[in-house]
Amino acid sequence: MPANKKLLEVKHLKQYFKNGRTLTKAVDDISFDIYEGETFGLVGESGSGKTTAGRSILQLYRPTSGQVLFEGQDVSQLHGQKQKRQFRRDAQMIFQDPYASLNPRMTVEDIIAEGLDIHHLVANKAERQARVEELLQEVGLNESHASRFPHEFSGGQRQRIGIARALAVKPKFIVADEPISALDVSIQAQVVNLMIDLQKKQGLTYLFIAHDLSMVKFISDRIGVMHYGKLLEVGPADDVYDRPLHDYTKSLISAVPVPDPEIERARKRISYDSQGEGIPGQTLHEIRPGHWVRCTKAEVPHYEAVAAIYE
Amino acid sequence: MINRILDVKHLKIDFHTYGGDVKAIRDVSFHLDPGETLAIVGESGSGKSVTTRSVIGLLAKNAKVMGGEINFHGQNLLELKEKQWQKIRGNEIAMIFQDPMTSLDPTMKIGQQIAEPLIKHRGTSKKAAWAKALEMMRAVGIPHPEERINEYPHQFSGGMRQRIVIAIALICEPEILLADEPTTALDVTVQAEILDLMKDLQKRVKTSIIFITHDLGVVAGMADRVAVMYAGELMEYGTVDDIFYNPQHPYTWGLINSMPTLASQTLASIPGTPPDLLNPPKGDPFCPRNQYALKIDLDHKPPFFKVSDTHYAATWLLHPEAPQVDPPAEIKRRWAKFKAMKRG
Repeated sequence: MPANKKLLEVKHLKQYFKNGRTLTKAVDDISFDIYEGETFGLVGESGSGKTTAGRSILQLYRPTSGQVLFEGQDVSQLHGQKQKRQFRRDAQMIFQDPYASLNPRMTVEDIIAEGLDIHHLVANKAERQARVEELLQEVGLNESHASRFPHEFSGGQRQRIGIARALAVKPKFIVADEPISALDVSIQAQVVNLMIDLQKKQGLTYLFIAHDLSMVKFISDRIGVMHYGKLLEVGPADDVYDRPLHDYTKSLISAVPVPDPEIERARKRISYDSQGEGIPGQTLHEIRPGHWVRCTKAEVPHYEAVAAIYE
Repeated sequence: MINRILDVKHLKIDFHTYGGDVKAIRDVSFHLDPGETLAIVGESGSGKSVTTRSVIGLLAKNAKVMGGEINFHGQNLLELKEKQWQKIRGNEIAMIFQDPMTSLDPTMKIGQQIAEPLIKHRGTSKKAAWAKALEMMRAVGIPHPEERINEYPHQFSGGMRQRIVIAIALICEPEILLADEPTTALDVTVQAEILDLMKDLQKRVKTSIIFITHDLGVVAGMADRVAVMYAGELMEYGTVDDIFYNPQHPYTWGLINSMPTLASQTLASIPGTPPDLLNPPKGDPFCPRNQYALKIDLDHKPPFFKVSDTHYAATWLLHPEAPQVDPPAEIKRRWAKFKAMKRG
């Protein structure tokens, strides 16, 4: 994967929210890169800041500090409507809740074509209709669905509409914020497989945000683990799963239920004490090739020892 | 079958809507043994929640029981009047709801909410009930219960609220605990804690649990027996090992196969969507999504075929004259494991 070029670089991104006198550090100094054509999975529990990170990257919030570079350009420094529009076309989002993210008073055709209209990507009505039909087919729906309203669809179908809407403007990069967590198991697999298919066909790059670790491992090339607004561990998906270094990652993986009674009967949960995260001076250190852990310089030998156990 | 604590027979429930009658539960039978955990697995709309709600008399107003019986201590629960229900609900049969954010009263101190069932059902004095509430809070692992007993639900996190809901459900030591997706709204680490807590309390209180979930991982860890539901009917039921290592119904295969295990490389999905229960299909409801379907599935609903004394599945594939089919690789792997377990 690292042979590819970087599509997105997140550098010391901070997103703080002020609520009266309290300051919430939702995203607290995270840095990572996403390479072209890969899926980067961002995992964490609720309140870990993973959704906020995704939204800040897309400039849906104005980051408190730090940089987001898209194709080498700082997206907070885009000038004029033209540059901003180009970024909005290149980077799209798929939302978590397929029930809340589609306007109930718009037809599916209008929902999908809204981006086409804004970016003037179609010249006339016939072209617009043709493009919508093409998109519906791409996501496994058909043209008869175009004139219907969101309430006529099941959760899985709505998520397909959300995906078609994101694809309409031919983006390079898609932030998928828990795209399957509201769906049933048998439908989750359909949507994930669709996303993988589309990625292969169109060369898309994904930031896949989720709390379901087994699904994230399945779809992602690399994974970042977030906790309390900080990125604790980044590495190749298999590596982070099979050879987790940070205690938090270990505890998170040990809590994932496995559909196998024997494994469940033998399960040992690993408890986690977050006090180690408070040590000042922690940054990401590369312990194994491509596998980074947030720690101080002094803690590096400890993690190297942990990594050595797996060898 | 004297020792069955709950016996549900041929339950049929319709919902009246403007569009017509939704046949949500279509002839469902199952039982619950003392001290066991029965998991009912299914997708949304499969009828798993409706089934459990009928066991505690909390069906929506537009629901109508079209037939069947639910036997509990020799009485048919479906014939109870609301007054009689109030004696059983929260006392002999209790329930944990999915969303701990909405299942507590925001205007009541949590101590009062935990103590209420004791005061109502057992006539315990307020003082004694609060003492017992304090004890329950300790049992469900709420730190500093002496201070927190006077707090309100909004002062607790999601996981702590679910602990409170469990304390309320268990304070009367019910014989049956219904848990409707009790951990779906929680993070995995919190989920693991709550599941451990439920197992631990089940041993102490000796309650039987009906556990509803769509998460096969949770089922594998919690259940003694499993019932798989689809489109208002049971597809297959058996012990947890029967279902996970020797599944016979193609729907169960599909469910197991569409879960990514930590080792899986490919992800199979079940094509299509569940049928519309306004007009339920005549034959096997899973037939249109089933790549292993036989012609007979279209028109004739398969009966339950016996796999073993504990294991039954409603699929024509088990008929002696049915053709041999080749199940997915993951299922064959599990079958091999089952055979090895039986031998050794």
